[in-house]
Amino acid sequence: MVSSPVIEVHGLWFSFNGNPVLEDVNLTIHPRDFLAVIGPNGGGKTTLLKLMLGLLEPDRGTVRVFGHSPREAAGSIGYVPQEIGINKGFPISVRDVVLMGRMRGGGGWRRFSGPDKIAARQALERVEMWEYRKRRIGELSGGQRQRVFMARALVGEPKILFLDEPTASVDQKGQTDFYALLKELNENVTVIVVSHDLMVLSSYIKSVACVSQQVFFHDAPEITKDMLEMAYHCPVELIAHGVPHRVLPKHSGE
Amino acid sequence: MLEALQFEFMRNALLAGLLASIMCGVIGTFVVVNRIVFISGGIAHAAYGGIGLAFFFGFSYLMGILGFSLLVAAIMAAVSLKTRQRADTIIGVLWAVGMALGVILLDLTPGYNVDLMSYLFGSILTVPTSDLWLMLIIDGLVVLTVSYFYHDLVSLSYDEEFAQVRGVPTKILYFLLMAMIALSVVMVIQVVGLILVIALLTIPPYISEKFSGSLLEMMFYSVMLNVFFTTVGLWFSYTFNLTSGASIIMVAATCFFISILLERLWPKRRRRLGNSIPPIRAGK
Repeated sequence: MVSSPVIEVHGLWFSFNGNPVLEDVNLTIHPRDFLAVIGPNGGGKTTLLKLMLGLLEPDRGTVRVFGHSPREAAGSIGYVPQEIGINKGFPISVRDVVLMGRMRGGGGWRRFSGPDKIAARQALERVEMWEYRKRRIGELSGGQRQRVFMARALVGEPKILFLDEPTASVDQKGQTDFYALLKELNENVTVIVVSHDLMVLSSYIKSVACVSQQVFFHDAPEITKDMLEMAYHCPVELIAHGVPHRVLPKHSGE
Repeated sequence: MLEALQFEFMRNALLAGLLASIMCGVIGTFVVVNRIVFISGGIAHAAYGGIGLAFFFGFSYLMGILGFSLLVAAIMAAVSLKTRQRADTIIGVLWAVGMALGVILLDLTPGYNVDLMSYLFGSILTVPTSDLWLMLIIDGLVVLTVSYFYHDLVSLSYDEEFAQVRGVPTKILYFLLMAMIALSVVMVIQVVGLILVIALLTIPPYISEKFSGSLLEMMFYSVMLNVFFTTVGLWFSYTFNLTSGASIIMVAATCFFISILLERLWPKRRRRLGNSIPPIRAGK
């Protein structure tokens, strides 16, 4: 590899309340990768994401982002959390939500400068939400809110973008637009997206990580039968390129 | 009401109400948006243990409440950060233990004859001038702290994980917030008593939240509502010879129910913007 990796995960173990969630994860992500993190529910996808973000601490092993701890690399990380409609009544404008992406932590009387406000405007324009800047965040639809969260992640000019189920509350058309934007961003930014929608994803991604306690990394934009079987622990059949899988009837009996 | 102002105790009562209003409006806003009303209630009631300690060991009751409620707040903050699922149970236990400790220590204090009710329901009419100064200092400290950390506290309250990713020291700020709740409890005990603190912390922010565009506005309206509640409550108390703390709360509660009623009558303006979402265009 020519360039040094963006993220290096080494011998990472994580358990929650004594239950193992991730075991011996090794993962190297290179610049301008577009990685899809897939796997069964409860398999540890979001946990892996949170470990890479520094929101969780591993029991064992290390996570390096640009050679630093995730906390030290905070300035180069953009994060779009899952839109689960929390805090809808919160009195905050769209613009103020986006400005949060310019936070550098640790107090200060005057936080947001002119450049911050310009960056917020550009980010909102990029997701076509500038005209909604004065709205309360709770008045928006789920899909609109998701775009605002996207702008909030972009406003910090990240080098890596983490997205957790970014299109869960977005309609089909919105999803396509959303991934087109991601693809465009991917020219400069490493993108890591946790998602179910392999169908949409398959035409954008460059690599895949299957997470099911263990992580299986595949450095190509395709999901192989072996990966799915390892990840989902069930016999599967790939119907077409991009279609996730169909569980064969013989396994469905309980 | 105006002729009542010639009495020093009445002037002090109004000033105490004003100072408590600022405190509760500002801190209550964070209590409501962070949904930590239960913890705040726990801190307020457990503070009674501090009163017991103060009388038993013979030091100033303010120091007793201050120290004890800060300690309880720190424990509750730690518990709620550590074990989120069972946090409410542990807070409930601390709530009860704090009060029980206070009662038993007062039982054991020889010659105890302080009016217990005044701590439970407040005694705004007997606030001495020296306490007003203390309240002013605490108010100043809290307003300075909140304005210094305003954006951090907003981002912590809105999306804790995102704030953490951005390098905001969320855990420290959470403890700071708890400490400020403890301080507000100490202050407001004089005005409405520890049982009723929760009303001044929650009712005005709840009403304000609906028509505020930011947390700052919400704080401002909450302070204004609190000033209104304490002043009108005092007027009722003076005119009809009623317990001041309870009168203040009844005024607040009346407005609370009116606000809920108005909300029902005027349905939300939400959904108006509906489906006219412009598409994202790549390649801009």
